[in-house]
Amino acid sequence: MAVATEQQILDGLAEIIDEIVGIDKSEVTPEKNFIDDLDIDSLSMVEIAVAAQDRFGVEIPDDELRNLKSVQDVINFVQKLQS
Amino acid sequence: MTGLRIPEAAAGARILAFGDYRPARIVTNDELSRTVDTNDEWIRTRVGIQERRIAGDDEGIVELGVHAGGKALANSGLDPSDIDLVILATCSAESPMPGHAPQVAHRLGIDAPGAFDLNAACAGFCYALGTASAAVRAGSARNVLVIGSEKMSQWIDWTDRSTSIIFADGAGAAVVTGSESPGIGPVVWGSAGENYDKIIIDDRHSFIRQEGQAVFRWATTAIAPVALEACERAGIAPGDLAAVVPHQANLRIIQAIARKMKATNAVVADDIVHSGNTSGASIPLALSRMIERGDVPSGAPALLVGFGAGLSYAAQVIQIP
Repeated sequence: MAVATEQQILDGLAEIIDEIVGIDKSEVTPEKNFIDDLDIDSLSMVEIAVAAQDRFGVEIPDDELRNLKSVQDVINFVQKLQS
Repeated sequence: MTGLRIPEAAAGARILAFGDYRPARIVTNDELSRTVDTNDEWIRTRVGIQERRIAGDDEGIVELGVHAGGKALANSGLDPSDIDLVILATCSAESPMPGHAPQVAHRLGIDAPGAFDLNAACAGFCYALGTASAAVRAGSARNVLVIGSEKMSQWIDWTDRSTSIIFADGAGAAVVTGSESPGIGPVVWGSAGENYDKIIIDDRHSFIRQEGQAVFRWATTAIAPVALEACERAGIAPGDLAAVVPHQANLRIIQAIARKMKATNAVVADDIVHSGNTSGASIPLALSRMIERGDVPSGAPALLVGFGAGLSYAAQVIQIP
């Protein structure tokens, strides 16, 4: 799989979040915190992680998921594993 | 030497009737929030449960099973003497010995049937149904009473908010008989014993504990493919299913499985809302309610899929009796 740009990961993540928890794509910006800003709970985070795995071809285990607090954290994590 | 004689047997097996039993005592989320740090809204959004049933002190696995089994037997139109095998699925027994199936059979007036307990946790009913279907088609039994009976409340730490809000008590049953035309599809079953510690009661002094996030991830990713394989092996397209009845683990898991199956015309069981997670009893409890309410027509195909501790899982397509 080709390495995705930051914008591509952000767009992909926004689509996934829209599909799973129904938050409008425009709300999903890098500085947003999943729990505090987007009101996404831990179980939805698991569903988002699984969808992100399929989309970006990287594995996001539960142990790592705990550390991914913001949209930017996920972007960084995916980019690190893809490179 | 020539081989041994084998019995004549029915070509297929089908379900004649279901029966259920829900203990009288209803425990609401508000009641739980008085003893543990939780609230109604949190439980509804995370798990989907509004209320659950908890058995009385005088109601054990046997009593719950007798109520549900008796109702299924009455609904089937068969006499107790017609039943020659009783399989009781449970994972919440207070004592491992003796098994509960012989007592349930005796209490229902079923004379000396084959009778045994089966433990595949929340997949127990689907395992028992697969075993019953095989027994009928092999000629080992003519009519089988299959029961899922659970008293999860006796293994719950009522101060643990991660489990006390989820698990509940109840029993459901089905009567399986031989038929020319198969009404129970091939069972697809499996396990993942390497994950034995994800849902576990460590010892007789312990309570149920589970790694919620890990179980959620497994259930929302690994189970839909099992359900789809059961459809494939029964020759039923997911779009033709009239009902999808996953183990009532968590409403969000149930919805994720149904969504991934693309069973667009199916009613999806949501008995968890009023019954909680009753482990091996949840599928026949949900089906009984759906049939009583007229949600699913007789003869229509329904997909059952159980999954839980073990880890273990099983699925099959049935025709609604």
